[in-house]
Amino acid sequence: MAPPSSRRSSYSKKAQYSVFTGYVLAVLGALLGIVLLILSYWQPAAFAPVRGVANDAVAPVGESAATVRSNSNSVWDRVTGYWYAGSQNAQLREEVEIARIRLAEAESTKQENARLKALLGLSEGEIEPVAVARLIGSSSTSSRRFAYVGVGRGDGIEIGMPVRSPRGVVGRILEVGSSSSRVLLLTDSESRLPVRRATDSTPAFAEGRGDGIVRIRLINLGINPLAKGDVFVTSGAGGYYRPDVAVAIVEEITDDGAIARLIADPSGTDFVTVDPIYEPISVDAAQQRQDRPLDGSQGEEDEP
Amino acid sequence: MSRLSSTLGARRKKRIRINRVASPWRAAIVPYASIMLGSLLPVLVIADAMPALPPMGYLMLLCWRIIRPGLLPMWVGVPLGMFDDLFSGQPFGSAVLLWSLTMIAIEAVETRFPWRGFFQDWFTAGLAVFIYIFAAMLISGAPASPYQLIAATPQLLLSALLYPVFARFVAGLDAYRLTPTRRIG
Repeated sequence: MAPPSSRRSSYSKKAQYSVFTGYVLAVLGALLGIVLLILSYWQPAAFAPVRGVANDAVAPVGESAATVRSNSNSVWDRVTGYWYAGSQNAQLREEVEIARIRLAEAESTKQENARLKALLGLSEGEIEPVAVARLIGSSSTSSRRFAYVGVGRGDGIEIGMPVRSPRGVVGRILEVGSSSSRVLLLTDSESRLPVRRATDSTPAFAEGRGDGIVRIRLINLGINPLAKGDVFVTSGAGGYYRPDVAVAIVEEITDDGAIARLIADPSGTDFVTVDPIYEPISVDAAQQRQDRPLDGSQGEEDEP
Repeated sequence: MSRLSSTLGARRKKRIRINRVASPWRAAIVPYASIMLGSLLPVLVIADAMPALPPMGYLMLLCWRIIRPGLLPMWVGVPLGMFDDLFSGQPFGSAVLLWSLTMIAIEAVETRFPWRGFFQDWFTAGLAVFIYIFAAMLISGAPASPYQLIAATPQLLLSALLYPVFARFVAGLDAYRLTPTRRIG
């Protein structure tokens, strides 16, 4: 199909000018795009308020879409459940047997824990979540991995708060709007999370790769002690995340660590809880410039 | 284009009266609204650990531009790109730049090769989406890695294969846009 003849630049000066103006405006638009891009690299938070307002506006739609999504999910589960009922029954019975044994073992471990904690005089405080919200959606076309939750500044959310699902860590709050916020998912390539192996506290970093998988990088290099199936939990270092929340499970061993799959996959996550920052003091301390003494410390150079 | 609209109209068995014209509001709003909805949809549909869905806003823009040359002004990448940037997760300005460049490129190519067919359109759109996804990956601020390329493969294929569906959909929207509803005289 040829373009309409009116769009061909003819001998008419007016038509020629309008085509020219179109090009000029489009080139100006592209230049504006470059300027905006430079601005957003230089000051990543500059457009946060605009994005916050925009996300607040669509959050209700996302909530209802998420509700439909989780409902349809359960419908499908129900149908497949009938199909596999027989084999699943036998399998589950076996699992229940094993689970009973493990439960008994866990009971004894719990008692021992309580005894040891009482001995040490530790009090275990359960952390109250700041908010519980539905995971609305994520940036599913971009290679950056962000998700959106339907709670914001009005619910007491602050930047840096960890977000987790019942299964494990999902990410942390990156931008806050008045009633919605943006979450940096663990799989984003800018995400770093201090973790340790659940069994023996081997310290490592879990880095996102941008393709749905995290990379475990051991801090102490040497012989790689990891094995397939190892579970990594948060170590609590850095002060953002509380320790011992499940993060990832090792799938493949590499030279300096492993490739691991997330335990709390955002696509299978419906509700998430936003926790307060675990140790605000150490987060503040980490953000302090290195040549300045910390508040309340009595350094030698602490002169007025 | 008139042939396509008329066949669609005939299939609907709708009687077109001579004293009706298309509603100007509807004719003006539908293209923009559908592109904006396309930008919004991937955010709302699923929360996933890897990029899976095609850039629907961009696909809608491409389809409107290819199916209806001259309908969208050349600077349309600026407002629509800004809207897309609000939700796409890319750094602000990425879609403004890439969408504007797309409009310029298609316009320039079209003046050289005015006669086109469906498969050539498909090729154009597929190539544009390929370049767009790679360029968006480069300027997303994430360090480039081979893993991202592998992760983007399903997205690329899906985008290229979805063009005929989107083209059909946009043609339907175009027929809807020009349905004579307003009574005159």
